Amino acid sequence: MSNKTNNLRGVFINGIFNENPTFRLVLGTCPTIAVTTSAINGIGMGLAATFVLIGSNMVISLLRKFIPNKVRIPAFIVVICTFVTIVQMLMQAYLPSLYESLGIFIPLIVVNCIILARAEAFAAKNDVLHSAVDGIGMGLGFTLAITLIGIIREMLGAGTVFGNQVMGAGFEPMLLLVLAPGGFIVYGLLLGIINAISTRRASKKSKEVKTA
Amino acid sequence: MRLSEIGLFLFMVDCILCNNYIFSRFLGCCPFLGVSSKVETAAGMGLAVTFVMGLASLFTWAVYQYILLPLELTYLNTIAFIFIIAALVQFVEMFMKKSLPALYSALGIYLPLITTNCAVLGVALLNIQSNYNLLESVLNGVFGALGFMLAIVMMAGVRERLETSDIPLPFKGFSISLIIAGMMSVAFLGFKGLV
Repeated sequence: MSNKTNNLRGVFINGIFNENPTFRLVLGTCPTIAVTTSAINGIGMGLAATFVLIGSNMVISLLRKFIPNKVRIPAFIVVICTFVTIVQMLMQAYLPSLYESLGIFIPLIVVNCIILARAEAFAAKNDVLHSAVDGIGMGLGFTLAITLIGIIREMLGAGTVFGNQVMGAGFEPMLLLVLAPGGFIVYGLLLGIINAISTRRASKKSKEVKTA
Repeated sequence: MRLSEIGLFLFMVDCILCNNYIFSRFLGCCPFLGVSSKVETAAGMGLAVTFVMGLASLFTWAVYQYILLPLELTYLNTIAFIFIIAALVQFVEMFMKKSLPALYSALGIYLPLITTNCAVLGVALLNIQSNYNLLESVLNGVFGALGFMLAIVMMAGVRERLETSDIPLPFKGFSISLIIAGMMSVAFLGFKGLV
């Protein structure tokens, strides 16, 4: 029993840190770069993707014995697409301003590689509970990562965080960071920094990692 | 921008340079980073995407205008479009396996992943959003994909030279590629307002 809960926690943590979809697997780069012009957009996109990820992981895991191997990718996409359409309609109804600012990137959650990759690599091989937890972990990992990028870009590019002024009056906003190139550059730099930190930590406790 | 207002050449410039799919619309970044380590593979991927995007624009536009719109099923457009795209990709894959086996093995996993290339679904959705007619949609698809190809081939050229250059270890791989993409994007910012 304790072994199983440990395993669940491992699956959950795995999505947030060890296999963070944004910083480790480098999947789903398009929304990461496109919508992170502000922190609130990052959170909105992250949570929408998380919802889709949990739903699709659970349904695909339930259906994994019935879906023939040859048509599995189209089958997965239909499931994912259903959840994306649900999210799209819910957002349009209850969060119209966020829906407006995320624009085309909401229907494009369908082709977010994270979701299909988790369906293929995890949900198709594991039971419902583990798949759901994997969806939550991966989704939160993605949300945290793109919110972080959103905060950095919004802070340096506009001087605000979640719309609140945080920089002093003398701060000259670096407009470049909220324009197109900023997304690439901030993401690239963060990726490098995280690589540097993790290699340092890995060399410190490489033995523990191996046993885990 | 409408084709009738600006003419074919400016429409092309607008699609390829001003609204480049990678650098100003952020669509198709996954293959852009994943398949850009060699120029030949990048060019092959670009060609495959051009083919699929042109056909996808044609079919999605027709399905939307003649099936979804009259039946008032427009909320199903995402599902319908992704199905059309998946079928097209399957077709291109079968064709390549038969007649271009070398390219097929070089593209590897990324060929089926054209289905999940957001540029392809993106162009289908943008065509509807911008109220393009059939000709504009197809041209937008083909020129948009050529812009994608330009970006990915340029990136591959830079990355081939990066192999031998001395980069700080943590920045190797995706990190430095993203920063370079950012710099290219700065350059592409200069094309804004050209049309």
